[in-house]
Amino acid sequence: MGRYLARRLLLAIPSLLGISAILYTVLALAPGDPFGELATNPNVPPEVTAALRQKFGLDDPVVLRYFHWFIAMVHGDWGFSFASRIDVDTLILGRLPTTLFVLGSSQVLALLIALPIGVVAATRPYSIFDQLANAFAFVGFSLPTFFTGILLILVFSIKLDWLPFVYRADIAATGWQWYWENFKQAVMPVTVLGLFQGASWTRYVRSAVLDVIRLDYVTTARAKGLTERAVVAKHVVRNALIPVVTLVALQMPTVFGGAIVTEQIFRIPGIGSLLISAILANDTPVIMAVTFVFAGLVILFNLIADILYGWLDPRIAYR
Amino acid sequence: MVGSIRESHTASPPAGAAAARRRTVSRRRELWRRFRRHRLAVASAAILAAIILLVVVGPLAWRVPINDIDFTARLQGPSWQHPFGTDDLGQDLLARMLYGGHISLAVGLAAMMVAVAVGTVMGAVAGISRGGVDAGAMWVTDLFLSLPQLPLLLLIIYLFRDFLKSLAGPEFGVFIMIVIVIGGFRWMPVARLVRAQFFSLREKEFIEAARALGATTMRQVIHHILPNALGPVIVAGTIEVAAAIIAESTLSFLGLGFPPDIPTWGRILYDAKDYLDIAPHWALFPGAAIFLTVLTINFIGDGLRDALDPRKVM
Repeated sequence: MGRYLARRLLLAIPSLLGISAILYTVLALAPGDPFGELATNPNVPPEVTAALRQKFGLDDPVVLRYFHWFIAMVHGDWGFSFASRIDVDTLILGRLPTTLFVLGSSQVLALLIALPIGVVAATRPYSIFDQLANAFAFVGFSLPTFFTGILLILVFSIKLDWLPFVYRADIAATGWQWYWENFKQAVMPVTVLGLFQGASWTRYVRSAVLDVIRLDYVTTARAKGLTERAVVAKHVVRNALIPVVTLVALQMPTVFGGAIVTEQIFRIPGIGSLLISAILANDTPVIMAVTFVFAGLVILFNLIADILYGWLDPRIAYR
Repeated sequence: MVGSIRESHTASPPAGAAAARRRTVSRRRELWRRFRRHRLAVASAAILAAIILLVVVGPLAWRVPINDIDFTARLQGPSWQHPFGTDDLGQDLLARMLYGGHISLAVGLAAMMVAVAVGTVMGAVAGISRGGVDAGAMWVTDLFLSLPQLPLLLLIIYLFRDFLKSLAGPEFGVFIMIVIVIGGFRWMPVARLVRAQFFSLREKEFIEAARALGATTMRQVIHHILPNALGPVIVAGTIEVAAAIIAESTLSFLGLGFPPDIPTWGRILYDAKDYLDIAPHWALFPGAAIFLTVLTINFIGDGLRDALDPRKVM
């Protein structure tokens, strides 16, 4: 397991390099110059501009600049936010837990929806339940997250007035009250993301279980006299989960996209809404750093998927 | 169906050509027969056709200008005068949605074409060449699959928006950019599908026959392999349209897509979201339009997948 993990970690480095290279290429190709304003401002003498360019290495070849930037990013030296006047890393680290909390809970909810529905639908293919589950899945992933969010706000905040529609990081309460307030404000964003993910996972789970349930070893397990519940839970689901993990890992970039939208709708102070406000405020260091963090998170989740493989499928772990 | 052998170019007595033509016709009919079995897909095709017809013909029949400001009719609900109600400036929402529908659907189709074109070329190059080129192309595909798409889309739009606006005008510049960027981040599934199809097709006897007759690699790819690899690409392309429409609406909903004077469905939602308590209709109509379009396209893709799957008995 340790060697497997080490190899996976090593394999993640080229992808991180590749993604960051694409990021930097986009930035380098973009028209405009971070010092454009200084260069055109008549009050700044040209020597000062030249000295600043020299200091920040802006006249170096682009490959050299990329490696400087990449090393700085890896070291956690992410620069200084133009808009909020604090270091970018403090800004992002302060907001990251909220994002991870909402994302994590929504993934758990998606799993709780997709696993039972997908498994039951696959054990009774083409039944009424299967058709209902299929319809639910289609509606679920055809409803864009921003529209689900608006619908939930309309029903539960405006009509029924049960849940708050603005997410607050600074709840002035303690003990149970604090947990209850936090739970109430997290319900809607988590539901929006969880339903969207759960809907598409349901289809993955169903087709994976259908592929496995016809195999000979399942018949053997039934012939041994195991109950249907034990056959499905212990023999079928574990093997069916292997392809599902692949598909879930491939969906990670979409999940982060959904998180940005949800954070924007419910005004969750996470890194997604930080990205949007940074774009609206032309705050380039923050934009670059948040995109880099998202890229890092995608790679991290791919890594977790690889580790899950090792656990689900013992044949992989020691190769 | 998909993997079957098409008419031969070498044996061409008139009877053979006639038989081949008859078979092509019956294949299309067969496809339609199989597609018809998916009742939801047929219903979806009808609804989508109605939406497209409304968006194309609607503006000719409903001749209210999209930017006709009328402060006496602010935030009104649906009525005979304004069937979909009005927004905060008293502009007619039906007219705006018909106009925005043009853009949303056009972006979906154009981005799908970009994605399918790029994906087909990448997949074909990877699928026909062995070794280094294939491995390299697949590494790039996997890399693009693990890019955080929405943040990167937002970054590109932030960096290049002003440049393209000055180059091609606000409406067309943004349109081109959004189409290229969305298509440029969604070609990977198509590339993988095409590559997999190439792997199985290039070993088939009819390709071997073409090679034996001296067909160049280019001719083998364009005349013999690609036409037979198209089935799954059509299905993927259909679903790409839905994904591109969602992507465009998401960008517009975040306020970073089209400018405010171009009311795409996502943009109308963005403007409506601060008036949910007093004018819910303003958000519900464009949201329902996006949902219905995407849902019907997804169902059609599902029906096509069933109809084109040679293993499925129908």
